[in-house]
Amino acid sequence: MAEVLVYVDHVDGAVRKPTLELLTLARRIGEPVAVALGAGAEATAAVLAEHGAVKVLTADAPEFSDYLVVPKVDALQAAYDAVSPAAVLVPSSAEGKEIAARLAVRIGSGIITDATDLEAGDEGPVATQAAFAASFSVKSRVSKGTPVITVKPNSAPVEAAPAAGAVEALAVTFGALATGTKVTSRTPRESTGRPELTEAAIVVSGGRGVNGAENFHIIEALADSLGAAVGASRAAVDAGWYPHSNQVGQTGKSVSPQLYIASGISGAIQHRAGMQTSKTIVAINKDAEAPIFDLVDYGVVGDLFAVVPQLTDEIKARKG
Amino acid sequence: MSLRIVVCVKYVPDATGDRQFTEDLTVNRDDVDGLLSELDEYAVEQALQIADEADDAEITVLTVGPEDAKDALRKALSMGADKAIHVEDDDLHGSDVMATSLVLAKAIEKAGYDLVITGMASTDGTMGVLPAILAERLGVPQVTLLSEVKVEDGVVTGRRDGDSASEQLEASLPALVSVTDQSGEARYPSFKGIMAAKKKPVESWDLEELEIESDEVGLEGSWTAVDSATQRPARTAGTIVKDEGEGGKSLAAFLAEQKFI
Repeated sequence: MAEVLVYVDHVDGAVRKPTLELLTLARRIGEPVAVALGAGAEATAAVLAEHGAVKVLTADAPEFSDYLVVPKVDALQAAYDAVSPAAVLVPSSAEGKEIAARLAVRIGSGIITDATDLEAGDEGPVATQAAFAASFSVKSRVSKGTPVITVKPNSAPVEAAPAAGAVEALAVTFGALATGTKVTSRTPRESTGRPELTEAAIVVSGGRGVNGAENFHIIEALADSLGAAVGASRAAVDAGWYPHSNQVGQTGKSVSPQLYIASGISGAIQHRAGMQTSKTIVAINKDAEAPIFDLVDYGVVGDLFAVVPQLTDEIKARKG
Repeated sequence: MSLRIVVCVKYVPDATGDRQFTEDLTVNRDDVDGLLSELDEYAVEQALQIADEADDAEITVLTVGPEDAKDALRKALSMGADKAIHVEDDDLHGSDVMATSLVLAKAIEKAGYDLVITGMASTDGTMGVLPAILAERLGVPQVTLLSEVKVEDGVVTGRRDGDSASEQLEASLPALVSVTDQSGEARYPSFKGIMAAKKKPVESWDLEELEIESDEVGLEGSWTAVDSATQRPARTAGTIVKDEGEGGKSLAAFLAEQKFI
């Protein structure tokens, strides 16, 4: 069976959920061989093996953290040369897409980004993507070279499928470009304790209607009652009420959770581009004419300052 | 020392229009107005700010696209860029990101550059991979997704705000920079700028001029193939209730029924 390279996104050995989802998709088209780089790479092997990795190629070097992106491309290319895979799958994070893009150029292959599904086809893997603010569903494939595909979080279930997961050291030679962009300092983002926005099963977002940074605690309280991530519309971010890292939409992050709750968000096309593939959509807005209501499974026309706290209290009561 | 800046821009269908695919599964550009991709305005703005700080800088805006794409160049020129290059060729129709990036890279090399600036993604394809691909093709450092950028003494520095950390980056020129929508509001063209843009040079290049074979680009030459594009069915009308004091509770009941609570 053909081997499929899966790039592992992990934090000091803790594998992030989108990588486990990738392993589910990879098994549909071949045998997953995982590539884990950086500090703690070997510690990823156990969980990768539980989810179907037949092999885990690992490498660590200071270059991976001291320089931007390219050292990781050098390593992924080394893995590609060693394995000759049928496809390369990478999580659709900002960095993941850049790594995949540069690898694709080097190996002379086409690239597909932000796939939401993947299946085996007669002419190689067929990817599903959302286009034009998710108003279209597009199926495409790579027609030249080895398919390089990045996959959005929440695109497949995480499934246990025990495999050997044999750890092998990957020999990496860094090229001249590897040290081109130096990372001179790194300030970790303060953890909120909430799930990562793009990976969360539930996202609760606030927009213009929240009317001030000091009111966002209402949105956060609802999110916490559901174990959800917090998102914000561009209007709320541009007004300085919430960090840009939480922006959902065309110029921010694209999310695809099981449940999306929009509060005080009118639903401009730019926002819809980032959340329209959510499975269940709920909105609370004063304006009955807001375009967001065209998308919802359940909508409440009302003042979010009354509805959201009542909802939060009711959820807490129901959860006991 | 002069600083040659090339800004890559894209002409995209207006996102507020009813965007469709054509029969050959490429983007229908006839029925929806086009415009300079909003995210590229930030790239033009940063180029202008960098040029302001430099002793002697020249900003060239570059686009690959059909005839109408000149509108995007005019917008950038009216914001203050010095000149424009339009790569236009019938054989480019249907080019994917790999094919387009090949054309851009050749054009950038032909134009001559110290610094290439792009937006973080286009607002139509929204892939976000072109900057990294261009850096790889040009063989220069990528300093991407910057929310702050500065160029001084042949060195570009900037801040990249990632999911888990904020990083300070540094690279020597020549280099490729991409900027986010957090890099600074793009200026509106002034009346004077709009008038001045009419006199600025716009060069037109075709594939032959760039020594690119037609089978390396276009629908046939692209590295990916679209098999189908299906309009998603409109979402079935959901339940909408008016809050008369119990809106939060009714929403909770819905969430419980859907097993979210």
